[in-house]
This record gives sequence, structure tokens and C-alpha cells, in this order.
Amino acid sequence: MVNAEGVAPIIEARGIVKGYGHVQALQNADFTAYPGEVVALIGDNGAGKSTLTKIISGVIKPDAGELLFEGRAVEMSSPLAAQKLGIETVFQDLALAPDLDGAANVYLGREMLKAGLLGKLGVLDKQGMKTAATGAFVDLGVAIRDASASVVNLSGGQRQGVAVARAATWATKVIIMDEPTAALGVVQTENVLNVIRRIRDRGLTVVLISHNMPDVLKVADRIEVLRLGRRVATFDVKDASIELLVGAMTGALDQERAA
Amino acid sequence: MNSLPQAPDGQGPTDSAAQQPAAALPERGAESLGTRLRDSALSSNTLWIFLALVAIIVVFSVLKPTAFLSSYDIKTIFINAAVALILSVGMTFVIITAGIDLSVGSILVMSGVIDVKVMIAVAGGSSVSGNAGWGTIVVGIVAGLGVGLGLGALNGVMIALLRVPPLIVTLGTFGMALGLSDVLTGGVDIGGVPTKFSSAVGSGSVGPIPAMVLIAAVVTVAAGLVLHTTRFGRYTFAIGSNDEAARRAGINVNLHLIKVYALSGLLSGLGGLLSLAYFTTTTISGHETDNLTAISAVVIGGTSLFGGVGAMFGTVIGVFIPVVLASGLVIVGLQSFWQEVMIGAILIAAVYFDQVRRRARSRP
Repeated sequence: MVNAEGVAPIIEARGIVKGYGHVQALQNADFTAYPGEVVALIGDNGAGKSTLTKIISGVIKPDAGELLFEGRAVEMSSPLAAQKLGIETVFQDLALAPDLDGAANVYLGREMLKAGLLGKLGVLDKQGMKTAATGAFVDLGVAIRDASASVVNLSGGQRQGVAVARAATWATKVIIMDEPTAALGVVQTENVLNVIRRIRDRGLTVVLISHNMPDVLKVADRIEVLRLGRRVATFDVKDASIELLVGAMTGALDQERAA
Repeated sequence: MNSLPQAPDGQGPTDSAAQQPAAALPERGAESLGTRLRDSALSSNTLWIFLALVAIIVVFSVLKPTAFLSSYDIKTIFINAAVALILSVGMTFVIITAGIDLSVGSILVMSGVIDVKVMIAVAGGSSVSGNAGWGTIVVGIVAGLGVGLGLGALNGVMIALLRVPPLIVTLGTFGMALGLSDVLTGGVDIGGVPTKFSSAVGSGSVGPIPAMVLIAAVVTVAAGLVLHTTRFGRYTFAIGSNDEAARRAGINVNLHLIKVYALSGLLSGLGGLLSLAYFTTTTISGHETDNLTAISAVVIGGTSLFGGVGAMFGTVIGVFIPVVLASGLVIVGLQSFWQEVMIGAILIAAVYFDQVRRRARSRP
């Protein structure tokens, strides 16, 4: 399914089904992301946003349905499998180790080692990681003044910055952000939206999961709406308004069923 | 590093920091040094406990200058600390992963029993094993260390793969290893330790330094480097800090936990060898509280029972405080039992300060 400019999707989920016991979290859900865009995935609580996010980031497996990456069917069996494809996720809980510093978190699981024999013995290149992480923070406009301060001593916005910098450091294709602004104040939210724009300007795709419609309208290029485990509408941002989005989220509007 | 509540005037976690543009970066060097100094000077449990050790040494030195700092006394202090230090080094890794290992003393006993049994068997009987050569001794050493490594790995497998809590797993293997040692020996300590082994390792020395102390020092320094400079150490901290984050970052958490418990078991096995060489007999009934000694030392040294925070240097101090106290109290003419009272109080205080620190930082 190519878009209006004839570009093929980078991620496409087709007919995803996922149930937990008696609850059908996703019932034939579809999702599409195109290269280099910010696509927002919105929906009311319980619409299936989190489940769909976890499926495309490899945390959980769907019961049925198909996941395509750059047109090829892929098995996203773990976050590691997603990472190998160049997909990084900023989880809502950030998944940081609070006692480690910012640089250590950016490089967690993918540490830089010293050159030569010391590196073979597993000795870390702490200075190299600190320098590179500081560079990543500056590039993204994340205000973390000391990359060797423990994450636990950072503010909520700064912690978010560390998690985003980690994703931006490693992602080569797609960054998925699950409710990145949910816990933030006005100014930090604006910072995160700026970071999202910068990441898109590098040519990466950003999948933004949110239920904050003003934020979504500010930063997204396209918006996909989930309701009751199914995609009910997609909008180009210039055609979208809060009224339309609310209509889609609450069931007043259903493009896909009408189509 | 440990951190107590941030000073309000410091580079604290204020939201205004997040709002400042990245242009504020040039000051970073100076601030980072200041932060680090303050972190280590004001907020580190390890530093406080180091000062406590210095204070204890100063007090005893002033009270009994001739006896307390005599070379004989210092040597005794270090020999008494050697085995406890080796157990505590392994315990430091375990506690940083937010685990616990109650089995260290029993693994020590069992590895000593296996070691001497193997030496006797290879030499061809307990009547001749005392004169056995290094070939026999090495086979025994390998067997003893192997028992430690194996039991430790078994702990790790049950904790990581079967998801039985570490407290229960190691309480179970604590009893099992001690029981098996009794079964193997009929509950009676066995001698027959080769003289070459006991005189080289147990009572030997390299220059002025007792061999046991040298071995403990080398092990501690090596383990400290592994903990604080390598990827293995980084994973140990990461798992204790947030195991789910470590898992999502692609770290094989289960395998790492097995390695950490295996390391603790291996070091317990080494402790068993040293103890055997020093006493020239197994010491089945002397190690029921080794686990508590090691846990106290690690916790007093500033390592958090909740995981993610700790330092090998702190553990060294935590081992020496009780040993120095015990020696000093005897020298100044008090009953050495007071040492246990004081260690109890210090332990509670150490955990209290850790709790205060955790509460102070648990902001949203």
C-alpha cells in the first residue's frame, strides 16, 4: 500500500489480533508508517495502543496477523530482533537503570570497550561513552549537563531525554515513543516535541503513541486512530482537527468501515 | 555512587535544568568535578564508614600504642580477615544484583571436605596423605574449587531459571551443603592435610606478607577491577538497578545471575581451601554464621541490599571494622563480645542511612 507520493511503508501491520484471556485487545488492527514521517497512533484508554506498540517493538507476539518491515514479513520475537532491524523503542516507563549514569544507560547492553587487550578482557571505555553520550544529548537539545550523574538524580524531563538519546543513538530506521509526554510539564513537553522533529529531520521514522491531541497535531505528519482494537481512521495532519480526532476515537466517525 | 539528598544550591535535579538550552554546557567540566567531589565526599556511605574505621584505629592506637599497632597484631588482624574478605567479595557482587547468598559458609565447609577427601584418596590413605606432593595437592585444589563453582552455579540456576527467591535457594543449599559435609565425614572433622599445602598456603608467607593475606588481596583487587571497570561489573549493577531494563537492553540477565552466584560459590570454595590450609583440618562446625559476617561487611561498606549500588572498597572496610574492633577491644581489656554488640549497631545504622538515601530520591 503506497501513499500518495508513491512511497512504500517502512512498517506495516496487517490484521493484528491479540487477546488476553477474555479481553480482545486488538481485533484485526492495521497500522502503517512511512519512511521519514512522524506518525501518531492515538486512541482512548483501552483502544489497544499499548498492545500494538509492544507488538511492533517486539515485546509481545500477536496471536494472528502479519508484520511487514520494508515490505518483508518479519518475526518480531524480541526487542532485540526489532533492534537488529533498526527499530528502537522509548518505553513509557523509560526502561532506565536508575543507579547508572546517563552515558551508561545510553550504552546499556551495547557498551564501548577499550581498544586492545583491555577491551578483550571486557574493560569499558567509560570516557568514550561519556563523550559520545554528551554529544547525543547536545545534538538532541537534551539538557543533561553531566553524563556521569546517576539517572535517579535527574528530573523527569532529563530522564526522558536519556531514554530518547539512547533510542536516537541506536535507531537507524524507526523510533517508537510510547506516551513520551504523559508525565511531563509544559516546557519539557515542548522540548520532547522538538526532539521528535529533530529525529525526523535526520530521516528517521517516528511512531508517536499519545492521547494528547494538541501535541499530536503539533508534531505529527499523519495520524492513525485506534478504537476498540481496530484502526478506524487515518488523517493527514493538515486535514485533521481535534473534533475529527475525537469523533474517530469515540466512534462517531469510522472511515475504514465506511470505506 | 551513593547519593544523599542533593544540596539545594548544587547542580540539583531541578526542572529548570531541563529547561536550559544546551548552551549551558561549557561549565560542565567544573560542575562535574564539583558534583563528583560532593557525591563522594558528602553522600557516600563508603566514605563515612572509612572514616569510622580510621577513627576506631586512632582510638585504639592512642589507648594502647605499643600493643595495637605491633606488627604481630597487624598480621593477626589481616590473617583473621583473609577468609572473610574472600567470601565478602563474592557477596558484594551478589548483593549488587539485589540478591543474597546464605550458602557461603556451607560451601566453604563442603569444598574443604571434598578437597581433603580427594587429597587423601589420591595419596592412598590418610596415613600417607600428610606427605603428599604438589600433584596430589593440585588435584585436591581443583576438586575443592570445582565444588564451590558447581554449588554456586546451582544456586544461580535455581534463582534465575526456576525463579525461586535467592533467600530461599541459598538457605536451602546452606543446609544441604552442611548436611552433605556431615554425611561425608560422619560429622567428625578430618585432618591428613598435606604438610606442603598447609605450610605454603596456611602458614607460609611471601616476604613479610602471609600467603593467605596475599591471596585475599589479589582476589579483592582483581574482583574490584572487574566490578568497577568491566562490562561484567556494569551488567551486575544494571541488573540490580532494574532487571527489566537490563533485559530490554538485550543483556542476558539469567546467564549473568548464574555467573554471579557461581563466582560467589567459587570464592567460597577458595575460602574453604585457605581455611583448610590454615587449620590443617576441616572446620565443619565453625562456619554457620559466615554468611551473616559477609552480608554485614558488604552492607556496612555501603552496598545497598536493594541492589544497584555498591563498592568493593567499602566491602574491604566492612570486613576490617569487626576484625579491628575485636583485636582492639581485647587489647584495651574489654571483653571481645562487645564487638558483636557494636557491629550490630553499625549494621543497623548503615541500612538506615541507605533507606534515607532511597527515600530522598524516590521522586516521580
